[in-house]
Amino acid sequence: MKKVLVLFILLLSVLSLATVKIGVVLPMTGGIAAFGRMVWEGVEIAHELFPEVNGEPIELTIFDNRSDKIEAANAVRRAIEVGNVNAILGEVASSYSLSGGAVAEEKKTPMVSPASTNPLVTSGKEYVSRVCFIDPFQGWAAAVLAHDKLGIRNVAIFMDVEQDYAVGLANYFMETFQGLGGHVFFEYYKSGDQDFTAQISDAMMTGAEAFFIPGYYQEIALIAIQARQLGFFGPLITGDGADAPETITIGREAVNGLYFTTHYHSDSPVFTENAKLFLEKYREKYGKNPAALSALGFDAYLVIRDAIARAGSLDRDAIAQAIRRTKNFAGATGIINIDENGNAIKSVAIVKIEDEQFKYDTTINPQ
Amino acid sequence: MNLFTFLQNLVNGLSLGSLYALIAIGYSMVYGILRLINFAHGDVFMMAVYFAFFLVTLGKVPWLISFTLAILAAALLGFAIDRVAYKPIRNAPRISALITAIGVSFFLESFAVVVFSGIPRSFRNIYPGFLNNMIILGGHEEVKYGRNVIVGGLRIPVVSLVILGVTALALVILWWIVYKTKIGMAMRAVSVDIPTTSLMGVNVDMVIGFTFALGSALAAVGGLLWATRYPQLWPYMGFMPGLKAFIAAVFGGIGSIQGAVVGGFLLGLTEIMLVGFFPKMAGYRDAFAFLILILILSIKPEGLLGKKSAVKV
Repeated sequence: MKKVLVLFILLLSVLSLATVKIGVVLPMTGGIAAFGRMVWEGVEIAHELFPEVNGEPIELTIFDNRSDKIEAANAVRRAIEVGNVNAILGEVASSYSLSGGAVAEEKKTPMVSPASTNPLVTSGKEYVSRVCFIDPFQGWAAAVLAHDKLGIRNVAIFMDVEQDYAVGLANYFMETFQGLGGHVFFEYYKSGDQDFTAQISDAMMTGAEAFFIPGYYQEIALIAIQARQLGFFGPLITGDGADAPETITIGREAVNGLYFTTHYHSDSPVFTENAKLFLEKYREKYGKNPAALSALGFDAYLVIRDAIARAGSLDRDAIAQAIRRTKNFAGATGIINIDENGNAIKSVAIVKIEDEQFKYDTTINPQ
Repeated sequence: MNLFTFLQNLVNGLSLGSLYALIAIGYSMVYGILRLINFAHGDVFMMAVYFAFFLVTLGKVPWLISFTLAILAAALLGFAIDRVAYKPIRNAPRISALITAIGVSFFLESFAVVVFSGIPRSFRNIYPGFLNNMIILGGHEEVKYGRNVIVGGLRIPVVSLVILGVTALALVILWWIVYKTKIGMAMRAVSVDIPTTSLMGVNVDMVIGFTFALGSALAAVGGLLWATRYPQLWPYMGFMPGLKAFIAAVFGGIGSIQGAVVGGFLLGLTEIMLVGFFPKMAGYRDAFAFLILILILSIKPEGLLGKKSAVKV
């Protein structure tokens, strides 16, 4: 009897040692829960297609950060200390990746963010990397779109003072747009606000031809509704924070004429094997076209898996270093090269909302 | 800020304030009668909006019936909350009731996250579209952005006029209930002295239950109109409006219904004007509302229209 028990425990410990554990830290509830859900959809598909690495099964555990900065750090800590994970996939919002990333760095655990675009997320860190482009490039692309394509000279920037992503993107947009000879002025709000009438009235008085809203979809949709009600019908331009179906379900006709820069659109010309595989599986499973965040979740999973395969061990340092040596990895969102700072160099897709639909507009490549 | 923008912001402030006022009425009434700050008010508001949302989307019930049912359901919920959470501690120190109220609030929020999911939903297309319209005073039509649009002009949301009407109606109904009906007389008696009232043969528990039901129905009305103006549902949507209504009620004098209305309008106007005059302070508008609360509590704790009351120690 004792022997059996010992054998059983031995078997159990061998099994648990062999399993590769990836902790997925995402906002599954709260203000940007739609983003968490979309990333998770992509991660799930990747896991179904590639459930093992080096012959060992991969186990996914999800940790909710409740769309909250402090909870984001707690969730990463829980993943590492309680979940005992080998690597972390997450988080979405840059603010959460900043607070969570600090914990990952302290605990020397590799973390790959699918969609945090603020440069500070990886800057000065060794363990935090990402599979998306960074905001200086996204802000540049949005400014070029506004100035060259839409011919706009005066822009009101609606900045969410609570989000590092929004503050950073607003400033990168401003730099490029002013460099091109345009004028900008700022309106401020904070995540969770619902009434923007005072800011919109002010922006209209200053003669804005377009609004640049580098925030997240909840507020973007409400700003769009209230702007149209107050008589502003010019173009709205945003970053990838608008890339959620909720922008349309909440904004409805008010978001027609909204442009945003993002990572991926199912109509954009991406010709990798993984892109085809992902698109096919996603449509089959969910019966709709995937959003950029699902594709990024898919890619983040594959990049972690690829790094573990190349590292050939579950040593956290080895995985972290392998992630930073990712070269020419063909993901769903395109070719991913992660540089020595942990940032991916990628192209920007521009999407326009027309007739309450996301329409692919054009792609801007890094220069 | 020029005169036109000032006028537009006046309208913006009044439309926000009318919502605060409507939500604050229920808050203040429950306090006025039971001396209980019902922190779950904002969460009853949220539950009512979800009721209406599911009735229209899943039940395919017409909006007017859905809204009425949601208000009734909220009243029932208020009654149930009193029975389950507040009645057992009726004679406990007042701080216990306050802590219980916060507990109820957390419970309702977490319940909503589990059952309705934490993902925001849209309230557009649930109610008739005319509520989204704006009345435009002045202004002229010109071709702009490649289409005919009305440029300039003061824009007044139709829904804000509806809110004003509903607030006035709510005040009249409340006045009638409190001063013209038997239960109203009982409510006034309870507000003065619960033990004596019960000695007079009044079923105090029923009266308190009715007060909660009435307060929750008012929260539901406020919530449904709030969702019509800001059409986004999620489990924590009642939290900030609830707190703001509390501040408005204290501002105007908690326990005073007229005070709640005045406080609501003043709070809405102050918030909008803060953003209008000092755009860079926009991120601090919630903090500013709390500053008002602190100032009122330290300078004139009875609020603008409240009566000074002697507390027996």
